[in-house]
Amino acid sequence: MTGRLLTVAALTALSLGLVACSEPAQTTKAAYSKAEKPQWTGAANPFAAPGWQAGDEDSWRRQLQTRARAQNEYTRTGN
Amino acid sequence: MARMKFICDAERCIECNGCVTACKNENEVPWGVNRRRVVTLSDGVPGERSISVACMHCSDAPCMAVCPVDCFYRTEEGVVLHDKDTCIGCGYCSYACPFGAPQFPGSGTFGMRGKMDKCTFCAGGPEANGSEAEFEKYGRNRLAEGKLPACAEMCSTKALIGGDGDVVADIFRERVLRRGTGSEVWGWGTAYGQAPRPGTPAPQPTSRTSEPAKS
Repeated sequence: MTGRLLTVAALTALSLGLVACSEPAQTTKAAYSKAEKPQWTGAANPFAAPGWQAGDEDSWRRQLQTRARAQNEYTRTGN
Repeated sequence: MARMKFICDAERCIECNGCVTACKNENEVPWGVNRRRVVTLSDGVPGERSISVACMHCSDAPCMAVCPVDCFYRTEEGVVLHDKDTCIGCGYCSYACPFGAPQFPGSGTFGMRGKMDKCTFCAGGPEANGSEAEFEKYGRNRLAEGKLPACAEMCSTKALIGGDGDVVADIFRERVLRRGTGSEVWGWGTAYGQAPRPGTPAPQPTSRTSEPAKS
């Protein structure tokens, strides 16, 4: 009986000891999901620019188009 | 679908490094890492030109092609981003990049390279948009806030513009067609007034409201 207990204890200790010898699976693909949430879903902070609705893709695209066009000083100054 | 791009007008860039400062401040970029920098050619001699350079978010990015751990990905908007949790700091991307965009913090033990850092087009990384974890690793996610990159939006001469490639190209095309030649190329007329067109009366000088005090 004692011998059997010792055997079980030894096997358990051995299996626990070998855990450190294992390796994570190595594949050609990244282990994380690269499917990032789209930008138009909005940011989890209170710094969103006014003029668009988080979660509305069309309004986000319009917002970025407007801001991009605002970089054209010919339309801003009217010259 | 939008393809986010930067363009820098070498005729307008005055090497103020405002874009560099804006990027460092907005993204809290660590010391020794410059996601954006201004390169000047023929410095101090006639014909001097400056251009602001960062990751150009290539459509066929060589950094993505050479990364041995496949840490790069491209968003719906064509922004090339990477995952710092996967990056091993090998530096292959910096050898592949023609713009010198990938940067490596040198604060590790024995000068060991850290995780690669580069311009994110102010679009953060794989963490939740606008989260604290994202800001810590990649900086601000301005796109998710409905804004464009800080460097382009605050450029004082609008030499650096960013956004949807079609819009940016339209702005640049209009600029090239309208600014003419000679001194007009760099906005002399815009700053100090246009020369009168033939057939139009010359502008009259404005009268002083009070005479300057005589000494």
